[in-house]
Amino acid sequence: MKNVGIVIVSHSSKVAEGTADMVRQMVGEEVPLAWCGGNADGGLGTQVGAIMEAIDRAWSEAGVAILVDLGGAETNSEMAVEMIGEPRSQKIVICNAPIVEGAVMAATEASGGASLKDVVATAHELAPA
Amino acid sequence: MDAATMTRPDLKALITDVADAIVSHADELTTLDQAIGDGDHGLNMKRGFEAVKADSAAFAEKPLPEALKAIGTKLVMTVGGASGPLFGTLFMTLGKEIAAQPGRADFTVALAKAIDAVAARGKSQPGQKTMLDVLYPVQAAVAAGKSPLEIADLADAAAEATKPLKAIRGRASFLGDRSIGHMDAGARSTALIVRAIAETLEADA
Repeated sequence: MKNVGIVIVSHSSKVAEGTADMVRQMVGEEVPLAWCGGNADGGLGTQVGAIMEAIDRAWSEAGVAILVDLGGAETNSEMAVEMIGEPRSQKIVICNAPIVEGAVMAATEASGGASLKDVVATAHELAPA
Repeated sequence: MDAATMTRPDLKALITDVADAIVSHADELTTLDQAIGDGDHGLNMKRGFEAVKADSAAFAEKPLPEALKAIGTKLVMTVGGASGPLFGTLFMTLGKEIAAQPGRADFTVALAKAIDAVAARGKSQPGQKTMLDVLYPVQAAVAAGKSPLEIADLADAAAEATKPLKAIRGRASFLGDRSIGHMDAGARSTALIVRAIAETLEADA
């Protein structure tokens, strides 16, 4: 897949899956897409291992943009990117954007073949000033 | 934590004692976190340190730097929440920076780098009601040549001293002024780890 991939990381598997459903319905199948959410016990939380696997599933040579919800999702995503290591880590960016709107807008941009930089910039436009 | 005890600590005992300290205080950590966080700290830390304890024999067979890195990775992969990367980064960086048979001077430098890595990971600094408010004073005490038990007492006092602080980082920061008056759960966990290490080293000495 030449389009940028999108990864959705929420504390809630329902939020993550629901966000992915919206991306699929609004953007279609042209973008590699993966999601993860919840802790090892089935409760709310995020896990580094699950995030690394989601990045693998959504992997594209064009890069991967990650959308996260609250604090730990960002920290765990940063850890996951670091553990994946170079050179792939250079093609992974965690977006500063609301998770649902960011995922839909980033995927829309990605579906048109935009670069990782442009996909991330589109998501960042949604960030609160 | 003088040079003699740092060169050949009983690594398996150290790992087991640290894990037991966290696991046996899981309920207290959860209660602290429920007051100003999201209440998952105790369970998350318990899950992670149970996983570390389960592999303690394998960790203890490795050289100290490799053992610390492996413990850190295990915590990253099992704790979850923001605590996994934060405590994981502490051990992973300590492993990366420490000498195979460190004296106190080596340990002091490696610990400082590990704590800075935690601060970078959490985009935080001392005074923001976090584990850093225990880690930095502990590092200073190690550098100053304090005994293990003196350092453990100091860590407890430092955790206690997070009570009047206002949270700036993490979930507790959403509460603003309402975070004042409660001890930070991560600071308490850190003090528990420090005490477990100190008491094991003291028993060995």
